[in-house]
Amino acid sequence: MNTETSSGAPKQKRFRGVVVINRDNCKGCAFCVEFCPTHALELDKAYNAKGYHPPVFAKPEACNGCDMCGLYCPDFAIFGYREKAEETA
Amino acid sequence: MKADPKGVLTGSHYLDGDHACSEGALAAGCRFAAGYPITPSTEVVERIAARFPLVGGTFIQLEDELAASIAVIGGVWGGAKALTVTSGPGFSLMMEHIGFAAMTETPVVYIDVQRGGPSTGLPTLAAQADMMQARWGSHGDYRLIALCPNSPQECFDLTLEAFNLAEQYRVPVVVMLDEVVGHMTEKVVIPPAEQLEVTPRRWTDKPPGEFLPFAPREDLVPDLCMFGEGYRFHVTGLTHDERGYPAMNAPTQERLVRRLVDKIEKNADKILRWEEKDTEGAEVVIVSYGITSRVAQRAVEMAREKGVKVGSFRLITAWPFPHKRIAELSRSVKSLVVPELNLGQMSLEVERTVAGRCRTIPVLHAGGAVHRPEAILEAIMEVAR
Amino acid sequence: MSEQREHPVNKFLRMDRMPSIWCPGCGIGTTVNCFTRALTECDKDLDKVAVVSGIGCTGRVAGYLNLDSFHTTHGRALPFATGLKVANPELDVVVYSGDGDLSAIGGNHFIHAARRNSDILCICVNNFTYGMTGGQVTPTTPEPAIASTTPYGAFEPTFNLPHLAASSGATYVARWTTFHVRQLARSMRDALSKKGFRFIEVIAPCPTLYLRRNRLGEALHEMRFYKEKSVIKHGADTREAALDYRGQIVVGTFVDTRRPTWLEAMNKRMSTVLGEKFVPYALPTREPKV
Repeated sequence: MNTETSSGAPKQKRFRGVVVINRDNCKGCAFCVEFCPTHALELDKAYNAKGYHPPVFAKPEACNGCDMCGLYCPDFAIFGYREKAEETA
Repeated sequence: MKADPKGVLTGSHYLDGDHACSEGALAAGCRFAAGYPITPSTEVVERIAARFPLVGGTFIQLEDELAASIAVIGGVWGGAKALTVTSGPGFSLMMEHIGFAAMTETPVVYIDVQRGGPSTGLPTLAAQADMMQARWGSHGDYRLIALCPNSPQECFDLTLEAFNLAEQYRVPVVVMLDEVVGHMTEKVVIPPAEQLEVTPRRWTDKPPGEFLPFAPREDLVPDLCMFGEGYRFHVTGLTHDERGYPAMNAPTQERLVRRLVDKIEKNADKILRWEEKDTEGAEVVIVSYGITSRVAQRAVEMAREKGVKVGSFRLITAWPFPHKRIAELSRSVKSLVVPELNLGQMSLEVERTVAGRCRTIPVLHAGGAVHRPEAILEAIMEVAR
Repeated sequence: MSEQREHPVNKFLRMDRMPSIWCPGCGIGTTVNCFTRALTECDKDLDKVAVVSGIGCTGRVAGYLNLDSFHTTHGRALPFATGLKVANPELDVVVYSGDGDLSAIGGNHFIHAARRNSDILCICVNNFTYGMTGGQVTPTTPEPAIASTTPYGAFEPTFNLPHLAASSGATYVARWTTFHVRQLARSMRDALSKKGFRFIEVIAPCPTLYLRRNRLGEALHEMRFYKEKSVIKHGADTREAALDYRGQIVVGTFVDTRRPTWLEAMNKRMSTVLGEKFVPYALPTREPKV
């Protein structure tokens, strides 16, 4: 699987949000970008293998790992989760 | 294995053909039935509705034959042995699901008590005019098994047999009564459960992960698993591969549909049943089935009194058709006389099989009554002269 | 980089069948997401959950879910499911159907399954069109929407599906849109743990046919439209929940009640009348019962 994982810089929170994007499963509907409550995602200017613009995790520091992106994505190409800050700090 | 005694009404009974079918189903272990009322078949499910709660079965009357004909398929995949019953108009509605059962290799039993058609036709009067519909009625290429009882006793025997064949070959089996056989009342002897052979379902031994639900064994028939066992399998009416996944391409279509046909045709010798009498040295052989075979018996007696060498051949299995045996007979007789309550159905199959080696004389009747034996006799005498 | 995690939906999907056939922006996948979240939270034995679907784009859901699944004939998912549930009452049976499949060709089964209170959760993805066959009019296509078979605009009155379900006897009736992912997942989870005929309608975009043909923009625009036009009214009278072309979308849980399922009612009747003589249906087993 062509999977990218990015993580935000730990803030003062006890956890941080992480978003995993499977670029090549994306069909570019942009639901995740539109409905991300913290605006942590943007559409990539580049294309994926299918010719769509997948999302990129543009503002990891904004992400709270709520997985709204995962709930919206009709193609199971993205999801979010929360990681305990101390684990990766 | 032996029948579950709970469902077996052992003893000597006075039953009509429809009720005898119900008892055959019960003896076979059928514990789920769905139906929609239609004359002259309703008595089958009426008796089932009364009997099932006493033996641990569930009957549901649904909103139409479309629903009934697929609910039973759902019941089978849930693990039950299942049955639905209908007549002409309902049989037409069930066609899509008979094809669906063939495609999904669902062991399920349909009973069609034939009445006069087309359309609403003769709801209360007999015909044998659904014989080709049973064979060809659903779209696409497939094979099924169709059985033709000619007495209430045989309604019991062949309904039980229908379940056994369905399980053995994972195929829809149709029991083709006609209104007369369905409504005639005769002695029906139901043996003790330990004398009744019941074919168990072909449950797979393989664990989830290793089991391919549509990979056949040597006899071309795949084993089964049931919903809820952890196999997490998929069944579809789409052309599918051995995993059950849709695979809509020519090679998969060829492999699957060819096997659906072959598993019946190549096992035909094991499936086929017929009854033959005095065919050795006969000039004429009557080929008949269902109620017509009983009328034909009188014609045979009358012809024998006149010194004609007449034999009889009764189809018990209509589909697959006994091509080999009919072809053999066609080499030794002058003529095959085929009386039936339709305007030419099984007689076409006889004619096709005979391929001009002897004469085929259909004796056709549009239904609503049975033949006069004299009409059949006339055809016999035509050859004998 | 943090550790590689599996997508939480993956364990519910047949990954060897991904990606799906659904068009970009099609809402069906979003409902599947919500459904898998509901399965995660509902504490069910997944081996005992069976998904049945009919024909059409939504009919393909069954094939993608890694559960026991049956892809039946057009319109007949409910009677199949009814048979399955009656024959194996231990299963949790979920029907996943589209608007045309459920309310046109399967309309009769729909009202009867609700009336007899078949113990089935029925999820209907309503995208107002037959997608698989190229965008024809369905019983839910509102006037004056264009469909391929109503090139001058639909003009027949539509079914208000929640009202149809409620008035036919469904014990749980809800409507959401694919914008309402959290509510939808919760609604599915709640419905999974209830009994009787439960119906959830999900309004979903069909960008390729319905939106394009009606010049309504892309799926994302439609999602914004849902956000803007939806009004949550729990307990609303379903008569007030009819949809029109571009008007308000009433969403929420409209009905949440309990009455005997078909099986409960039958068992009660038989026990009352037959007493000791009644032999309740036993779950099918692999062992030959001799």
